[in-house]
Amino acid sequence: MTRELIRKAEGFVALAFCTLAAGLGLFWLVFILGDVLIHGFRALTPALFLSDPAPAGSDGGGLRNAFVGQLLITLAATAIGVPVGVLGGTFLAEYARGRKIARIISVLADIMVSVPSIVIGTFIYAILVKPAGHFSGWAGAVALAIIMIPVVLRTTENMLSLVPWSLREAAFALGAPYYKVIIQIVYRGAATGILTGIILSIARVAGETAPLLFTSFNNSFFSMNMKQPISSLTVTIFQYAMGPYDNWHAQAWAAAFVITFFILMLTLLGRVIIRWRYK
Amino acid sequence: MAKILKKSPADLIFSSVTALASFSIIVFIAGILYVLISESSLAIKQFGVIKFLTSTDWDPVKESFGALTNIYGTMLTTFLSLLLAIPVAIGIAVFVTEIAPGFLKGPIGIAIELLAAIPSIIYGMWGLFTLSPIMANHIEPFLKKTVGGLPLIGMLFEGTPMGIDILTASVILSIMIIPFTASIARDSFNLTPSVVKESAYAIGATKWEVIKNIVMPYSKLGVFGGVVLSLGRALGETMAVAFVLGNNHRITTSLLDAAATITVTLANEFAEADNDVYLSSLFYLALVLFVMSFITLAVAKIFLLKAERKHSQ
Amino acid sequence: MLEQIELRVKGLNFYYAGGIHALKQINLPVRSKQVTALIGPSGCGKTTLLRCFNRMHDLYPGNRYEGEIHFVKDDILSPDMDLISLRSRIGMVFQKPTPFPMSIFDNIAYGLKLKGVSKRPELSEKVERALKNAALWDEVKDKLNASAYDLSGGQQQRLVIARALAVNPEVLLFDEPTSALDPISTAKIEELTETLKKEVTIVIVTHNMQQAARISDWTGFLMLGELIEYDRTDKIFTAPSEKLTEDYVTGRFG
Repeated sequence: MTRELIRKAEGFVALAFCTLAAGLGLFWLVFILGDVLIHGFRALTPALFLSDPAPAGSDGGGLRNAFVGQLLITLAATAIGVPVGVLGGTFLAEYARGRKIARIISVLADIMVSVPSIVIGTFIYAILVKPAGHFSGWAGAVALAIIMIPVVLRTTENMLSLVPWSLREAAFALGAPYYKVIIQIVYRGAATGILTGIILSIARVAGETAPLLFTSFNNSFFSMNMKQPISSLTVTIFQYAMGPYDNWHAQAWAAAFVITFFILMLTLLGRVIIRWRYK
Repeated sequence: MAKILKKSPADLIFSSVTALASFSIIVFIAGILYVLISESSLAIKQFGVIKFLTSTDWDPVKESFGALTNIYGTMLTTFLSLLLAIPVAIGIAVFVTEIAPGFLKGPIGIAIELLAAIPSIIYGMWGLFTLSPIMANHIEPFLKKTVGGLPLIGMLFEGTPMGIDILTASVILSIMIIPFTASIARDSFNLTPSVVKESAYAIGATKWEVIKNIVMPYSKLGVFGGVVLSLGRALGETMAVAFVLGNNHRITTSLLDAAATITVTLANEFAEADNDVYLSSLFYLALVLFVMSFITLAVAKIFLLKAERKHSQ
Repeated sequence: MLEQIELRVKGLNFYYAGGIHALKQINLPVRSKQVTALIGPSGCGKTTLLRCFNRMHDLYPGNRYEGEIHFVKDDILSPDMDLISLRSRIGMVFQKPTPFPMSIFDNIAYGLKLKGVSKRPELSEKVERALKNAALWDEVKDKLNASAYDLSGGQQQRLVIARALAVNPEVLLFDEPTSALDPISTAKIEELTETLKKEVTIVIVTHNMQQAARISDWTGFLMLGELIEYDRTDKIFTAPSEKLTEDYVTGRFG
């Protein structure tokens, strides 16, 4: 009987620890999000979105340049990354289905997903920035696209694999060539899944900082020229937070708030779509 | 099947385009390796391999570079953050899979996913503005007072608590990898067939005994793979630590000292490197990091694949 | 002819979390050291009933019992019932073999260790006895440290029976224990029940009517959550009193 009591007590302690751990996880989330919300919301002004940075040290100004730059880089990265990722995933799930090469590329893509993003920054620096002699928005976009491609590729592959093979056979039986079957039947069947993958991959790269540090770099002036250095929210947060001015810190919080909000919304949207479609 | 697949020229074109797109993955990996090696060739020639990896020099003025302080910082912060993160992450996974009542499972799962989605720069900035003062004013003095006097362990807590140090960086890093590790552990736990769990309950095991003796052994490959994957993530994380590590190229035994990791060095110095050897040495560092994390991630992948195969049998 | 009643089900109603009324007013005696078979078409509630005996339904929230199941002098369904000790007195064997992720020896020793047996000689002796009782000893005695997953399906199922026997249960619940096995393994397990009932009371759920006829002493026939008929097995299969039972055992539906 005492032995059973000891066993139950041990279980109780262990399960209490696990509950505590979950509480701790939740605590960090609330702490960090709450902090970003409070500090960020306070610094959120129309000027933040509408004006460009004031000279260092002086009050006022905004981060219009960074918002626009971030948008441009992310859009360009999406424009490059999504087609390559979706097509690549198509090859693995369709033409190379079950073949060794498909498995190898799958595994390599999984590894690529977790390769340090700063390493990709150095790679792009060497092949795009150094030869051109200057930083550029395009370099940043390509760096983000390279991070995006394996993510989109793997989700596409998985989603296409979920489409039943019999659906393709039914289309073949009508005499449709494979590419038409893929584009008209298979893509349609997997559309929501692929869309979710794309949304989550945008959420992933929109918060990246390290690969932009020495590709798109930064620009304290408004610029929409992707061939030149261009400002981004994340790099600006890094610069402003590490800088000496209170005004900078406040704006860094505000930028952090905006980007966190945007990314969490995208993530939730992705989850909602998944839950709605694959219940 | 092959006959249906490759018939029309349009099909040939489409399949080639998709093949090209998927081969981009191989091109990137090979390209990164090739470019990093060729960019660091100057430093490789000058410092060799063994000497670079074992030298603690990092002197842009004398143009003498070695990777050891950076590797040390990377390994130490990674190790500490895993030490802090793994028990919590596994605790969360156990809670979500075995303890939480149904109505809590969803919200907690979402909370973990949100925590994982927060960009690392937010963690870093929050660490600098919020956590670092807390560490400097409360936690670090407390640690100094309590365990700082012990022999050996005391060594870890020498120096003035500034909040910009290895300990703070490791704490932030651990918060960042907790959700990641937890979600992989949760997925692995969920693979335990419920009938095996039931049969352990059926001979009178308590819930914790079922978790400890059945669920954990059953999913150990997957959990281990997840831990190694988190290790790979932590090795390469830049922004979460860049704010609070201090970029100090010294090997220190105290966790209250500033240090440098490979990523932090790259983030702080890459755009400012003003001569060829310096830049080449930074590329060399990036190469070291790439190789380290590639190997780690490959090992993780092998474990996860093994776990998957075991369960599909 | 005076047999002891090991388990007495009285006015049992069971509701699944979704509100489904899965068992309706069940009254049933389970006689000591005999084999009681529960038969009926799929979804009739036979497995649900079986899982009431060791309160397996408690693992999932929202399930609800009404009524009583007397076990010696306790009521199994009482909220005060200690499930840990209940389950060490009533063992269960599932449809599919469920070896734990450990060695053959440790699988058997697991329940003993939970009960506090820790001395190696005692463990070894009890493991050996359990394996012998489950007619598995000769096949595994040279590889006790091998993984339980290395055994064949039929061997795994006997391992699971040995594991349940090791803790000396008073009752063994079998949930279609042979439905995933080949005919030879099935025959071995049927033989086993014959010898086991000298020591323990057995309740078996089976889909296979020949099996019920072959190995059980008493049979309960369930349909749509109700116990239609309960009687001696030979009576159920030769001269049932209910028309439904007759239709079922003669294969007119099922």
